[in-house]
Amino acid sequence: MAEPKVKYDRQLRIWGEQGQAVLEKASLCLLNCGPTGSETLKNLVLGGIGSITVVDGSKVEVGDLGNNFMVDESSIGQSKAKCVCSFLQELNDAVKAKFVEESPPKLIESNPSFFSQFTLVVATQLAEDSMIKLDKICREANVMLIFARSYGLTGFVRISLKEHTVIESKPDHFVDDLRLNNPWPELRRFVENIDLTVADPVEHKHIPYVVILIKMAEEWFKLHNGQLPSTREEKKEFKELLKSRMVSLDEDNYKEAIDASFKLFAPRGISQDVRQIINDSSVELHSNSSDFWVMVAALKEFVSNEGGGEAPLEGSIPDMTSSTEHYVNLQKIYQAKAEADFHSVEQRTRSLLKKIGRNSTSISKQTIKSFCRNARKLKISRYRPIEEEFKSPNLSELQKYLTDEDYSVAVGFYILLRAVDRFAFNYNSYPGEFDGAMDEDISRLKMMAYGILSDLGCNGQTLTEDLISEMCRFGAAELHAVAAFIGGVAAQEAIKLITKQFVPMCGSFIFNGIDHRSQLLML
Amino acid sequence: MATASRTRDLDKLLLRPGHLVGPNFEPGPELRDDLGEYARVLVIGAGGLGCELLKDLALSGFKNLDVIDMDRIEVTNLNRQFLFRLEDVGKPKAEVAAKRVMERVSGVNIVPHFCRIEEKELEFYSDFGIIVLGLDSVEARSYINAVACSFLEYDSDDNPREETMKPMVDGGTEGFKGHARVILPGFTPCFECTIWLFPPQVKFPLCTLAETPRTAAHCIEYAHLIKWDEVHSGKAFDPDDPEHMQWVYTAAVKRAELFGIPGVTYSLTQGVVKNIIPAIASTNAIISAACAMETLKIASGCSKTLSNYLTYNGVEGLHIKVTEFVRDKECLVCGPGVLVELESSITLRKFINILEEHPNLLLSKASVTYKGTNLYMQAPPVLEEMTRSNLDLPLFDLMGKVSKDIVHVTGVSCKGDRKTSSLKKLRVAFKGVVGVVDMDTAGGA
Repeated sequence: MAEPKVKYDRQLRIWGEQGQAVLEKASLCLLNCGPTGSETLKNLVLGGIGSITVVDGSKVEVGDLGNNFMVDESSIGQSKAKCVCSFLQELNDAVKAKFVEESPPKLIESNPSFFSQFTLVVATQLAEDSMIKLDKICREANVMLIFARSYGLTGFVRISLKEHTVIESKPDHFVDDLRLNNPWPELRRFVENIDLTVADPVEHKHIPYVVILIKMAEEWFKLHNGQLPSTREEKKEFKELLKSRMVSLDEDNYKEAIDASFKLFAPRGISQDVRQIINDSSVELHSNSSDFWVMVAALKEFVSNEGGGEAPLEGSIPDMTSSTEHYVNLQKIYQAKAEADFHSVEQRTRSLLKKIGRNSTSISKQTIKSFCRNARKLKISRYRPIEEEFKSPNLSELQKYLTDEDYSVAVGFYILLRAVDRFAFNYNSYPGEFDGAMDEDISRLKMMAYGILSDLGCNGQTLTEDLISEMCRFGAAELHAVAAFIGGVAAQEAIKLITKQFVPMCGSFIFNGIDHRSQLLML
Repeated sequence: MATASRTRDLDKLLLRPGHLVGPNFEPGPELRDDLGEYARVLVIGAGGLGCELLKDLALSGFKNLDVIDMDRIEVTNLNRQFLFRLEDVGKPKAEVAAKRVMERVSGVNIVPHFCRIEEKELEFYSDFGIIVLGLDSVEARSYINAVACSFLEYDSDDNPREETMKPMVDGGTEGFKGHARVILPGFTPCFECTIWLFPPQVKFPLCTLAETPRTAAHCIEYAHLIKWDEVHSGKAFDPDDPEHMQWVYTAAVKRAELFGIPGVTYSLTQGVVKNIIPAIASTNAIISAACAMETLKIASGCSKTLSNYLTYNGVEGLHIKVTEFVRDKECLVCGPGVLVELESSITLRKFINILEEHPNLLLSKASVTYKGTNLYMQAPPVLEEMTRSNLDLPLFDLMGKVSKDIVHVTGVSCKGDRKTSSLKKLRVAFKGVVGVVDMDTAGGA
């Protein structure tokens, strides 16, 4: 086996070779390489990201040795970007590592087109005005952006891009697509050929639960005008019926049928989530529509035509007690139906592509297949421009957070993290950055924070004195452990965005290092 | 000037008074210096979490660290265990990890221990103020938990003595998920109090493997658990031998073809046979950082502590939850201990037999230690021979004729069909020893 495959084995088991290939093509830009930025990159370089560009204009100081593992005594006085970059290169020689010795705020100001070459920008420790400018640049250039900041025992991570669509969301728990309540003719025929009253006890206990449930449902229909059990009593009655057909107590297949009967009771047709996606305005295609939305448009047509209200069948079945023969045959029936559904969606996709003036083969078979297999699990995340959130946050949510005990510390930090930037803008240092003026800084920071809240029409009284004092005590310290935490979260989200697998977080993640009751704020 | 100091950032937290801090927080340069000079932290495991933990602790003001790990570096570690390089493959993890961190963070001393956790004496563990766990097995966590809890003493009212409490911070990850927890034995639930959080792994029934295989994993386990023994009479299967793995893979492919089952790959074969847990750098970074922060808080009081169990899940969005679990007051490990009342004439041999039948213990082949002294050791043979002569002496005499005290026993305990090695704390009380027996134990079971 090739070396990289062995080296990356433990992560290939999570995002697969396809995810790895995308990661290895990605180019990432890091702004500021203090511990927060350095730790973010470390996690991505180890995983084999394609290339990194580290931007930082500062020189290594003695204080940096206490919080950044990527610099050491020999780095003092040298470019921080250069030192961090060379340590990162040591971790993985497959990664192309570059550095730019320039201050990120200046670069944002002077050379906005610099950022368009990257897949993703991770911007750490930026003040509000630079964040707003960078956000506009990246949105314009369609470059993904993650903000990350560590500040004392708090910090945040915020993703910013117009829209992120996921086909392979890989949820942990998702109900299998078995169509027990809506079997297609081939499945029905297969079920008909199996006799639930078979005399041989070994055969009886190896009838898969899929067959048991479909058969018993038909029996139920006859007695209940073709309706599925819907009330609690009916469901209980149905399960009793199942139990009564067991010939011995050790029949695992019947036990599984009872446990899986909720899959039968589920309503037919597509879920609310899928409905919302196919009704999104983006299904009105134009020549620049993304492949994802073209396929969603095809899905929409499929659901109301061949699908008969259902999404394409997933095609795989979970393991269940069964004879090998029944199980393998059942697998084939599900796969055949999934294949047929895929062909319909593929046809529709190709003709839609033609209709909007694109090459009808521009979306690969493999992509359409994966789309069909995951049609019930599609995910769309959209992120407000950061300036919009700062200027007009969702007020009802904000009010809710301010009065909710679970959120009060997190939302307090959210406001205070903004307040420290205003403070720094006005006084050229962060509150508590230097010893000696603590009391004055506390009252000044309080004014700033109250100001932000009252500008938004909220009451400042909900911010506790304790929290404001703590924020001053932090004095803009970038603690290594906090930076490692924030860097871990930022890297995790970067992987999800780049591989387009799993679901990235929404909203602003506010880290609470005091009691770890961190929160996501949807502002 | 403060900015010219290596502790520029940490000083903000350690030198300044705070409002949301621990009850014993005494900020000042002494706190920082004492943390460096006196606090001793043991990191268990130098793998994905261990590497991160050593770095995080070294940059959080700790200067005296020990790390223990029995493993050697493998190629598959390199995607996350950032202290190791390709040329380190085959070297002991603990040694390389310690060396790398010391090279980069001056003033930090890390002592590596390349051995199994069971090989260390109790005294070794008692020397540390805090034990941090970066492990991937339930058994190892259970063992260390029992060791740390064994130091806990209870007063005559069954209240834990805080000064004997050995705090633990435990982390664990799997893919995009992980947990970090703080265990203050006697005060917050120990690992054993909430053992149900780690349900035993489900194994396939052998009859499924032999008669009705349905999935690729069934075919692989058939080759691994049944076919291997049939073909290689007596030769043990070694999961680390690539030839053995290749054989199982080939046998599994054949079986899958026979039954028309798709999906057997070499990678899946390894995953099933070795029970590989997927692992990535970022999750380890998150969990280790949370553990290091909590370690610093326990040692310094510089902020509130996690109370007491944090879960992280990054699969769908980002979910961080803190749950406050409660102690199991009856816990055999962190509780006051199992009371064993004995006649003062009972010999050590008889005592060991009693443990086997004691309904709350069912502990066979027990080795017995009292205050760090081996009274009887089942193994190794040298120790067994040295302690054998104690077997026919009364336990009362061996314990210096005290009326009651804590005795540690290790042995094999049976839980259903599973036999596990376990360490137990016993409160031994001798009946009829005049005047010294406390009221609470005198009236006991």
